[in-house]
Amino acid sequence: MKLRTLGCAGVFALTMSMTQLAVAQTQLRMTWYSDGNEGEVITDIIRKFEAKNPDIRVTIDQVPFKAINETLPVQLAAGEGPDMARVVDLGGVSRYMLDLRPFLKDPGYWEKNFGPFLIWMREPGNTTAIPGYMTQLTVTGPFVNKTLFEQAGVALPGDKASWDDWAKAAKQVADKVQAPFPIAIDRSGHRFLGMAISEGAKIFDAKGEPAVIDDGFKRAVEMVVGWHTSGVMSKELWGSVSGATYRGANDEFKNAQVALYMSGSWQIAQFDKTIGNAFDWVAVPNPCGPGACTGMPGGAALVAIKTTKNPQAVARVMEYLSSEEVLAEFDGRALFVPGHLGLSAKGVDYPNASPLAKAALGVFGKEVGKISPAAYQLQGYTYNRIIFNAVMSRVGQVVAGESKVDEAYKRIESDIAQQIAERKK
Amino acid sequence: MSVVEALSRTRGGKRLHWTDYAAYGYLVLGVFLMFGPVVWLALSSFKTQASLLEFPPTLLPMSQKEAVVSGYDKPLPLFTVTLPDGSKKLMGQVRRVGLQAQMVDPNAPDKPINVAIGQRQPIRELAFATSNYTDPLRQFAFTRYLGNSVFVTIVATIITLLINSMAAFALSIYEFPGRNAAMVGIIGTLMIPITVILVPVYLVVTSLGLINSLWAVILPGAATPTGVFLLRQYMMTLPRDLIEAARMDKASEWQIYARIVLPLSLPALAVLAIFSVMWRWNEFLWPLAVLTKSESYTLQIGLNAFQGELQVQWQYLLAMTVLTLIPVSLVFVFLQRFITTGIANTGLK
Amino acid sequence: MAAASDHQSLDPASGLTSGLWSALVRLIDVPMRGVQALIGQRNMPYMFLLPNLAFFGLFVFVPLVIDVWFSVTGGSALFLGQRPYVGNQQYGYLFDCGSYLNPSSCREDHFWRGVQNTLVFTFFQVTMMVLFSLLTALVLNMKIRGRGFFRAVFFFPVLLSPVVVALIWKWILQRDGLLNAGLTSLGGQKILFFVDPSWAMFWAIFVSIWAHMGFYTLILLAGLQAIPADLYEAAEMDATPVSRVLWRITLPLLWPNLLVVLVLSLIKAVQTFDEVFVLTGGGPGSATLLIVQYIYETAFANQVQNFGLASAASVVLGVVLFVLTLIQLALTQRSKNA
Repeated sequence: MKLRTLGCAGVFALTMSMTQLAVAQTQLRMTWYSDGNEGEVITDIIRKFEAKNPDIRVTIDQVPFKAINETLPVQLAAGEGPDMARVVDLGGVSRYMLDLRPFLKDPGYWEKNFGPFLIWMREPGNTTAIPGYMTQLTVTGPFVNKTLFEQAGVALPGDKASWDDWAKAAKQVADKVQAPFPIAIDRSGHRFLGMAISEGAKIFDAKGEPAVIDDGFKRAVEMVVGWHTSGVMSKELWGSVSGATYRGANDEFKNAQVALYMSGSWQIAQFDKTIGNAFDWVAVPNPCGPGACTGMPGGAALVAIKTTKNPQAVARVMEYLSSEEVLAEFDGRALFVPGHLGLSAKGVDYPNASPLAKAALGVFGKEVGKISPAAYQLQGYTYNRIIFNAVMSRVGQVVAGESKVDEAYKRIESDIAQQIAERKK
Repeated sequence: MSVVEALSRTRGGKRLHWTDYAAYGYLVLGVFLMFGPVVWLALSSFKTQASLLEFPPTLLPMSQKEAVVSGYDKPLPLFTVTLPDGSKKLMGQVRRVGLQAQMVDPNAPDKPINVAIGQRQPIRELAFATSNYTDPLRQFAFTRYLGNSVFVTIVATIITLLINSMAAFALSIYEFPGRNAAMVGIIGTLMIPITVILVPVYLVVTSLGLINSLWAVILPGAATPTGVFLLRQYMMTLPRDLIEAARMDKASEWQIYARIVLPLSLPALAVLAIFSVMWRWNEFLWPLAVLTKSESYTLQIGLNAFQGELQVQWQYLLAMTVLTLIPVSLVFVFLQRFITTGIANTGLK
Repeated sequence: MAAASDHQSLDPASGLTSGLWSALVRLIDVPMRGVQALIGQRNMPYMFLLPNLAFFGLFVFVPLVIDVWFSVTGGSALFLGQRPYVGNQQYGYLFDCGSYLNPSSCREDHFWRGVQNTLVFTFFQVTMMVLFSLLTALVLNMKIRGRGFFRAVFFFPVLLSPVVVALIWKWILQRDGLLNAGLTSLGGQKILFFVDPSWAMFWAIFVSIWAHMGFYTLILLAGLQAIPADLYEAAEMDATPVSRVLWRITLPLLWPNLLVVLVLSLIKAVQTFDEVFVLTGGGPGSATLLIVQYIYETAFANQVQNFGLASAASVVLGVVLFVLTLIQLALTQRSKNA
């Protein structure tokens, strides 16, 4: 089975010519980005929807992720936008989202299965809107190159091990097998703050306002900065780009250069395809700290946009896509952890997954239940991207040797305060 | 070495001087440095996704040899295995578990043995992963994007050539009040990078109702200061007596422009054409901001769909990058002889 | 129209094209003669200038004005009507520094780091680029076989889009890239170029020169070819040494072209963004963060897209570049009179 990686408008043209147009068609547009094969999968699924609903035609605009993050907000602000979009910055886009509740046949289904995630999509103060559904839920967590551990003769730390345990083990392994990256963490505030929460950071004060710098947070920062000095982490990942630029370490991990890679469940599909069984890659539970043993939840959501001229049609498309059967197919083929409580409990079939992938998906599935409330709160906070960017940018400077830890703390606080103030003007 | 030989282009002489060697050496190094990376790009575009990640990188695209062995339905990857007695043998790998690999001799497929993974070396052969090119072409509306890019490039270049040459004509042939101010104004716009006025131009385009139309990509960049500058400098070197004679023959200014000045400025126009084609073909940031519907996408946007949030599919990215290089290179090859003559008379006076 | 028709032979290649072109010219001539009758021959230049100025006006000057307007507003809305007026608060933020030489003491520390980095980058990039362009042009001017081929090769990188340029070199310079493969095969150690601030800046400058040198080489080459050979022959008859000839004849006659190269490359260097951004991302830390990257990130990449602050920074950049352009024009005037 050949794995394709993109859907296309060309396939659509073909579909169009084959569909009987008995009714005047409503034209809908969906902006979509892909990490792996989701584009292809969603195109297939939309085709099936159109076959059942010949009066609606959905055109999928496949864009690079950069467009979703940087150009889509500008387009939405200008009043130009698609009818639906797959977005990641739920808080930032929430003010452009359409509340589908009045158009849905069964709002109760949405509340029951997407409940906790709808909170992420709502504007502050709103408690009833239903703007869309999660295309997948992601959880952050570590991947381990078990083969390297075996080669080095080091045992894997247990399920309740701490970050220090893992750091020690990974360094031993890397030294023995000459791997350049004992531990690699995605250069992302989202990843790092999950670790910080495990180390006891509370992120918010009693009123729900950001109060990022506390003992737990400082402990996490000092731990990671220490790793860079002691060689457990290489400066190349966090120290080589500026600001909040994202830098993943998946290429290094795929090349068997990393002992432990802190990333998340979205990597599974890619790993399955490119690593295959060149080495044993396994997911392990999030290491524990004084605060929790948690990862950060996340994921992308397909949401309806306020400016749509066809809310009823959009609601029909969304209802179809979010139905249990269809979502199970989508997540199953794209190798995603579902962001649907019903499916989470039942489990999703992954027919194309190798045994390694299935095992990893199982581990992450179980991690969902261990996510701490602080992590949910952070993910649901409308301005969380401001926090992620500020933390990553300043800690990155410390790692690159450009500033000291104390200055970074001050800057993180002022960055967050300044940007939120600007937003509220 | 004679001054004339070193600094002018006329030279006789059959002996090669040391400066000749130095010159050729410099030029060869230049070719290697300038062209080498591009060749590297082209070769890498034929590698599979996995082999793109390996180190040390191979110059040529290689992939592992496989063989069909009876008794196994999938072809097995081939390795050279060092056996315990020191001899080397060609074997196929059935599976790998942990640190052990189960290998089998293709000629004796029913006797698999276990080999430590450190004892085997993969056998590679030259293989061109042409799927890097064919997959995306089949996958997305390549011809449509190509058509859009071609349309934008050609129309934009024609408009640019027309209005810039008209402006250059005005600024070079005539003396009129406000001429210097216009020059300063036009050259002044050289200093503004598009990124800086991205949002305001977006607002202007939105209020003109051009969003999503290819004209939103064509129009904003049509008037280029570099173009006006280049053409003006060239036109200033044209002999004025032709123009005077035409005026005495009662030719209108438009006819002077279209029938005399324009044809004489062909070299400079060719240079501007090359640049315009190059700029328009490679434009990415602005079209990305202004084209939201995929039917209007240009090639550069389509190609960059390979960059997801968390993954970059290098093999497709490289292959498509090579493809987009080809048209520009072709235009260049055809028009390049004009470049020196076209630039020759600019900037001097 | 005797003179004009003499030059029909210079029209583009085929008879068909020149036929079409002639017909088109005749067609447009009708209204144009009318305009000329109306405003007089002396005022025709305005007519020719009009289309270009209209485009500039709409797509450059108006956005510039909007940009300045943005820079005196705050908030996060896109439409100007929804943004509150804040006077020069954004400029205040930009210039709020303990000491201008120490970015860490500034409120907008990334902006000032950008300024420092851009200064360093521009200085080295422009001087090296002009030197190497001159050297290459001198070499290409000698009588060598295959000059056209070499000329084309040096110009080729100019055709590549900045993203492609950065991608190619990133591939070569990364930890497991071609350069490190070469180093290790020669027995050396791998160098992590993108982790060391000095190496990162070096390569940013190198790649930038690689991508643009061909263009300036051609300008200088054209200038060299325009120097009449008899000047050299006269110098040879006087037995003047090569270095003196270079200094006294070549360089002065080349000066106008050199000036163009200097100023153009200076302006372009200050505006560098794409290729350095894709190559190093501004890192390590913010060692290769240039001004335009700061503007772009402030406007787009942060969650709160801060158009006001980004516009203020771009106005500052614009003013600096404007001053640079004025200097160019002044110098060209002076060299004309010299």
